[in-house]
Amino acid sequence: MEKRVTFDNRLLPYLLLAPQIVVTLVFFFWPTAQAIWQSVLIEDAFGGNSRFVWFENFERLFNDPGYYASVRLTVVFSFLVAGLGLALSLLFAVMADRVIRGAETYKTFLIWPYAVAPAVAGVLWGFLFNPSIGIVAWMLQGVGIEFNYVINGNQALLLVVLASVWTQLSYNFLFFLAGLQSIPRSLIEAAAIDGAGPGRRFWDIVFPLLSPTGFFLLVINVIYAFIGTFGVISSLTQGGPGRATEILVYKVYNDGFRGQDLGGSAAQSVLMMIVLVLLTFVQFRFIERRVHY
Amino acid sequence: MVENRPFFTFLSHFIVLVGVLIVFFPVWMTFVASTHDQATMLRAPVPLLPGTHLIENYRTVLLEGYGQRFGSNPMLHTLINSMIMALGVAIGKIAISIIAAFAIVYFRFPARMFFFWAIFVTLMLPVEIRIVPTYGVVASLGMLDSYAGLIIPVIASATATFLFRQFFLSVPDELAEAARVDGASPMRFFWDILLPMSRTSIAALFVIQFIYGWNQYLWPLLITTKESYYTMVMTVSRQANVVDSVPSWNLLMAMAMLAMLPPVLVVVFMQRLFVRGLVETEK
Repeated sequence: MEKRVTFDNRLLPYLLLAPQIVVTLVFFFWPTAQAIWQSVLIEDAFGGNSRFVWFENFERLFNDPGYYASVRLTVVFSFLVAGLGLALSLLFAVMADRVIRGAETYKTFLIWPYAVAPAVAGVLWGFLFNPSIGIVAWMLQGVGIEFNYVINGNQALLLVVLASVWTQLSYNFLFFLAGLQSIPRSLIEAAAIDGAGPGRRFWDIVFPLLSPTGFFLLVINVIYAFIGTFGVISSLTQGGPGRATEILVYKVYNDGFRGQDLGGSAAQSVLMMIVLVLLTFVQFRFIERRVHY
Repeated sequence: MVENRPFFTFLSHFIVLVGVLIVFFPVWMTFVASTHDQATMLRAPVPLLPGTHLIENYRTVLLEGYGQRFGSNPMLHTLINSMIMALGVAIGKIAISIIAAFAIVYFRFPARMFFFWAIFVTLMLPVEIRIVPTYGVVASLGMLDSYAGLIIPVIASATATFLFRQFFLSVPDELAEAARVDGASPMRFFWDILLPMSRTSIAALFVIQFIYGWNQYLWPLLITTKESYYTMVMTVSRQANVVDSVPSWNLLMAMAMLAMLPPVLVVVFMQRLFVRGLVETEK
């Protein structure tokens, strides 16, 4: 889409664009180029001694079982975060949409966790499940479950998933509710007159009409699980115990800053960038289709 | 509702209420913890109802900080840092992107599409995955431990530019035409017509970007080494990770409350703008 009426000025548009272009160049293109450049270098952690090694860093990654473990973990983690998050928020949104009286009040009560930083959410959930004083850990102990996320890898993963889902719930809820409210009531009513019960109406009418929203949220949630959960993990487990919660984005940070493996970290960055570009591409393709829906 | 099914209606209310409880529970426990003294918070089970140390705990945290051993920057100072960062990010992002969108929509000039795409690609790659080189760039510019270093790298993103572009494209052409016929300069048109028309979009975006700036975590964690530049969110997370023989859960949770409160209040009291901003930035 283009404007028909425009202004003529030789210099002004460049001046107006300059601040954003400068910031983008310095803090986006320069570091991205450096990430790509570093991914083909092996650097001495102490001096500026670096060697050009072609794709050795990538080869090293692809031969590293630890990297595959992290990839697998990231896939499982994203699946859990997106799956659980979407299922729960859809349930709440459908129920809130049903109760016309009070839907807006429920909305207010459900959307504010969006404002809680993932890093703070991690602290909150860590407190609930703290092995020595956490109230939930204490209750679980009461029913015979020993919950100690500090030493048990699976429990740590579960806790990180719960905290991540909690933070993202409000966002999903908001979009699902908006999607539900935009479905014409007459469709539902017509189905009801024809004798379709609530379950039938949901699966045959509401769910298909909601699928564009659902797909959009799926992409957003997967990207969130990939990147946005960094704060949760950093606050709760720091990738541990062992490497039980070291998803890719945390590994980039861990290898780069703690392990001082700049080349390896940069190679991982480059691979993640490719994945994200693909995901974003899928998202845009889809949004284009949604317009024609 | 289509038909009257009292039981199903009851069930709906029940399920949503369970959802509300799940959402509230962690924050309730945090609040409760922040109102007790240290000794109470070291014995399991921890209390479920608030205690009597609310004012004392918050006063300690705000004016003295968490504890002497890890340095004791008063949280009041840290809160101000967070506020500076959040406002800086929100205002900075809006300012640079509204004029960039104006240039892209209302002018024809060589390389226009090139600039458009140059801004566009930043949408895809968040700072977390190129964190090591970005740190290197900021360090080499001497921007570590400074407000500029906290704010400026974070405002390099395209979301706001796109929002304004979409909005400007929906503004009727007649307005620009009339302004041109009347001999108004482009900047005059921008200030007197476009900017006032964008008020709601600006406000909605401000709400979203304020929360975004306030909740920045990894970036301030990396580039600040002096406590005088710490922000609230990173301080809470840092403190939670310190292995402490006798942790002051009451103070830590008071800090967590302070880290949550401003953005949550923004969402609750500006709900309409918040929802609008969220929906628009994701278009």
